[in-house]
Amino acid sequence: MSIKVRYFASLKESLGRSEDELEFVEVITVIDVWSQANPDSELPANILAAVNMEYVALDSLVKNNDEVAFFPPVTGG
Amino acid sequence: MEVKVVSSAFDPWQEIQQYQSSIKDIKGKYGATSVFVGTMRDFNDGDNVKGMTLEHYPGMTELQLSKIITEAMKEWQVLDILVVHRVGDLFPDDPIVLVAVWSAHRGDAFDVSRYIMEALKSKAPFWKKEILQTDAERWVGENTDGYSKGKE
Repeated sequence: MSIKVRYFASLKESLGRSEDELEFVEVITVIDVWSQANPDSELPANILAAVNMEYVALDSLVKNNDEVAFFPPVTGG
Repeated sequence: MEVKVVSSAFDPWQEIQQYQSSIKDIKGKYGATSVFVGTMRDFNDGDNVKGMTLEHYPGMTELQLSKIITEAMKEWQVLDILVVHRVGDLFPDDPIVLVAVWSAHRGDAFDVSRYIMEALKSKAPFWKKEILQTDAERWVGENTDGYSKGKE
């Protein structure tokens, strides 16, 4: 299955890219998506995750064509 | 109800005037309008700040703001809500956010204004990067507590 991964703000800058396209054959969770996309770096402690623009826990399951996003704490307003 | 994410400078007072004149069906029904405007400062964390870039997650921003408004409408007696938020390059004194709430009585208007701002600060995917007077750039790490004397 195909998963689009997006990164924002300081995380995007530290990774040096804003998105990834990944292919998986097995059932996976949000944290598995991070690990496959970033095999050399652990997910920083304060990073938030969203699937299809809704906040999710890191152990949530991901489906085909989902958009998974990782980003630092939000600072709007 | 309206949520707007805008990429150029806006005048909050003009936005309120325009929006209020468009919601004719509640004319005579509201006894309270609360307005919150967040404005860019020229200082933060002991440094002089000369500019700011506001990044957001298009789509998720609007979705989360709409959810916050829907929650508020369920919880309080509110007639209408307008939320406008800037993205892009900002300078000191530029308005960042506007929350306007129309209700029959002041309690709902005040409470919903506070609720929306605090929820926006913790859930709407916006990120601020400051440009200091020295030209150094830094991401704002997290939003501060919005209660000056602590939350009840």
